[in-house]
Formats: sequence, structure tokens, C-alpha cells
Amino acid sequence: MKELPPAEIVVLKGGWLTTVQDLGRYGYQHDGVSVSGAMDSFSTIVANRLVGNSDQAAVLECTLKGPELLFEQETVIAITGADLSPTVNGASVPTWQSFVISRGSRLSFGPPQSGCRAYLAIAGGIDVPLVLGSRSTHYASETGGLQGRPLQQGDALRGGNPGPFINRQIGAELPDALRPRYGHAATLHITPGPQVDCFGEQSIRMMMSSDYTVSPQSDRMGYRLAGTKIARKGLDQFISDGTAMGALQVPPDGQPILLMADRQTTGGYPKIAVVISGDLPFAAQLVPGDRIRFAQCSVAEARATMRRQRADLDAALPPHVQQLRSDGTRSQ
Amino acid sequence: MRSQSHEQRRKDSIETTFRILLLGDSALTIEFGNEIDQKINARAIAFAETIVRQRWNGIHDIVPTYRSVTVHFDPLQWDSATLAKRLKTLPRREPGRAELHGILHEIPVLYGGEWGPDLEEIATFAGLQPAEAIALHASIYYRVYMLGFSPGFPYLGLVPERLAIPRRATPRTKVPAGSVGIADRQTGIYPTATPGGWQLIGRTPVAMYRKTRSNPCLLKPGDSVRFKPIAQDEFDHLSREGRHDND
Repeated sequence: MKELPPAEIVVLKGGWLTTVQDLGRYGYQHDGVSVSGAMDSFSTIVANRLVGNSDQAAVLECTLKGPELLFEQETVIAITGADLSPTVNGASVPTWQSFVISRGSRLSFGPPQSGCRAYLAIAGGIDVPLVLGSRSTHYASETGGLQGRPLQQGDALRGGNPGPFINRQIGAELPDALRPRYGHAATLHITPGPQVDCFGEQSIRMMMSSDYTVSPQSDRMGYRLAGTKIARKGLDQFISDGTAMGALQVPPDGQPILLMADRQTTGGYPKIAVVISGDLPFAAQLVPGDRIRFAQCSVAEARATMRRQRADLDAALPPHVQQLRSDGTRSQ
Repeated sequence: MRSQSHEQRRKDSIETTFRILLLGDSALTIEFGNEIDQKINARAIAFAETIVRQRWNGIHDIVPTYRSVTVHFDPLQWDSATLAKRLKTLPRREPGRAELHGILHEIPVLYGGEWGPDLEEIATFAGLQPAEAIALHASIYYRVYMLGFSPGFPYLGLVPERLAIPRRATPRTKVPAGSVGIADRQTGIYPTATPGGWQLIGRTPVAMYRKTRSNPCLLKPGDSVRFKPIAQDEFDHLSREGRHDND
């Protein structure tokens, strides 16, 4: 294969909710700007590495019903995360593996087989303007991505310049042992939250021994969970403070909300616990109706899990040299 | 000897106001108190500035709020215990003028009518005529306690007790950009059109948030705000000069 030109893609159908995402818009939470970014960072990083991109390159996050895309240039792509039955010109294509998609091909998706969100990486990344240091779409504030909104029919997307070793990437795949399996129930490990003291021992025990269901009122901002009510000890007004992805906040109705990528930067409900970083990619793949069970974990264990996951991934698929862009640290 | 004991005392007095809470494996919250108070808020803002100045790698965000600072970090580069230790050794100082009062902003507001659809309700709640409610809302300096909720949304306080109307029972699905609202002892400005439950008293034509600027927000925590009632023609004139980001 010759040197690849940047990808050119026409959106024939937008799908249910397809957005441009990278690893998030850091450095502006003090201004109230949500981090957003891919819900499943693991699948995003894997998709990027499979096509020779830096981990921070922008990908498409496709939710349940994927888009239909026409590729007007030959390029290399990889699809990770949920299995939404991807096909090219009607023939099934593999997930967790990169492949060449020829000029004039149509990529479409069928019924979801497992998980909720698929990630499509294109050699060179999706080229949309950086807004406050990131390409992520936060549609509530119409920030980033393609005009701050999900993809729709008639949109045109361009890729960036593919990495120098793209030819060597073709056919690269994530070893089977590292591929996550998504079911309709997940155990999420949690560490005690900053306001765990607002809740009684009994409440916490009940929460740990109950199943919670992801309710239909769930989106990129957060999942409302239905299950055993979590009671506060007192009714003192709680003063808003900083939130984090994975935080479980408890509103007065006692039904916890799991904060996800598009969460607000600050929140006015106490946070009983926080899901560990290493389990968030699994949380990202849950759909309404799926069940969650919580398991206690220490922050040291949480960190060990994260490090082990990353070491395993680096051994199988080393990161590519970073492109010239913000490294995600605070820019001011 | 004397200066050393003074130094010790000074350190102790700040230390007692400082506790570090775990917010998962990638964030810590440093809490300075448990009330909405100018001095506690100023301490949080000053400490956030001190952390910013360290320019540590792997720190994603430093977020001052009413009475705390949340530090978000890369869990592959930092662990909570090491970061907590580093935070405890940072120099502490009592807040200066910048954190106590900041920059004074005069924000023009067209009160009532379609721009402040809840003015009548607010006035009734306060037992005042609408004009008196406007005058009271515009009579004092408010502190910017924090930015949150949506990009550039300032939490201002404290609203005079009499005007402290609770949130609406059912939030509006879309509050226009520039709307000035009240919720209990807080008042705020919606920088962009979002859903919202605050009682709307008026609207400002001044843009609070421009995502195309590297410094996207007009107001910073610690700043002071005073509202200036304006008439329709001035509102229209100013609207032409500085549009909101996503009307």
C-alpha cells in the first residue's frame, strides 16, 4: 500500500448517537467546562493504537445503533468496544483488529450483540478543530466535535495525516485474552466517597449487598440506578463540590446516580462512593436494564488494577509516538 | 524563638481548616470548611492558585469550589497518598485581596418582562413591588464563589434573605443565555442556553463564556459582581456588541 492520504468520509446515516471523542477536555473544569471524552477510554486507546494513532487522537463513539459511513479514500480503520455487528459493503468485519477499507466502501452496523458503545478509529484520527485543547463533543454545551453535536446525514469528516508506520499496522489486533467480555451484569469496584460519612453503616451494607439496575434515564452525563434506597443520616444541606467520573452521588430520593463522561464539574449531592478507573470502561458498556453489583476496594488496589491493565496493554500494543498536541496537562 | 513559635501558630491555624478527602483513585478534595463563607472560599481559591503554580505533570484539573479544591490527576502518574503528602507540604498563606475581592464587574441587566419571567413571583415572595425587588437585587456586591453547573456559570452570593426564593418546582427545559436567576441565597447567570430551575429575574447582554478564547470565562472565583439595571434600548445596543456563544 502506498502512502495514505487523509481519510474522507461522508455520513450517510448518523446512527442513534455518534459523536467525535478523544480522551477528554482537561484543564478547564475550574471554568465549569465538562471533561466529556470517550465513555470507554480503554476501547478508545486500543482502537487508536491499532491504526497507528496516538492515544489522544479523536475517534467516533457509536451508540447501540451505529452510523452508515461512505469512505471516499482508502484508509485503515479499527472498531473496538461494543459489538454492533459492523459490516463493510454488507460483509462482516472483525472487531479489535485493524483492516484496510477501500475507496467507495460503505461501513454500516447491524443489531447490537454485546455492549453499548463501539469505537471507530481511523488512521490519522478524526480531524475536527481543537476546542479548549480537545476534540471531544459535549453536546449539552455544544462544545467540540463536529459543531458540538452528534453526527447527522450529510456530514463530511476528514482524517488527519496517518502515522508513518501505518502499513505495518494493517491486521494488528488485540490479543483475545485482553478483550473485554460484556454481559448484562457487571461488578463494579468502588472506593469510599468523600461524603461516605453522610450515610449510615446500614445503608452502605444494603447498597453493597443489593443489585442495581441501569434505568432508561441514563446517558453520557450519568446513569440513574434503580434499587435499594440509600438513606442519608441527616438532612443537612450539602454544599456543592467537585465531582469525578465514576462518582456515585445520592439525591434525596435515595437512588444513586453514577456520574459519567459528560458530568457537570460540580455537584450538589453527597458522593457515597467512586467506581475505580479500571472498571469505568465496563460501566460505559452497560445499557438500560443491565444490572450492577458493587464490590469494595482500596485506593491502592484500584491503582494496582489500573497499572496492571495498562502494563498488559502496553506489552501487547505499545503506544505510538505522541503527535504534536496538548499532553492533557493544565495549559495555563 | 519568638518568630518560630509565631510561625508554628500560623501553620496550625491553617492546618486545622484543611482535610483531604479521597474522590476515587484519580482525584482528591481538599476541604477548608463546611459552610458558605467568604474567608473559607478565599482560602480554597488561594490554595488552588498555589497548586496551579507548582506546574506538576500529570495534574489534569484544579477546581476550587465554595469551600474546597478538587485536584484531578492521572492515576498512572500519581497515587493519592503521594499527592496528599505533597499537598500538605505546600506553603500556606492567608488569602490576600485578590482572593477576598478579586476584580469588580458591573453587569448590566434588563429586569422583568420576557427577560425575567419570574420577577413578579420573586416580588410576591419578597412582599415587595417588582421595582423594589429589582433595586434590592442590584443593591449589593456579590461574590463569585465558584464556577460550575455549565461552562462559565458563576455561583454568586449571598442574595438578601428577603429575595431568597427557592428553585422552581419543575425546571425549565431551556433557559436563554444571559438569564440571571435566583435559587435561595444564590444568584447566577446562565452563560449558555441550558435547562435550569432557578427563578429568572432578568437577562444580561454581556457574554459570560466564549469557548473560542483561551481564557473562556469573564468571571473568576473571588471576583465581585454588581448588577446594573438597564433599559431595553441599552440592552439592544449591548447585545449587538457582544453576543453569547450559543444563543
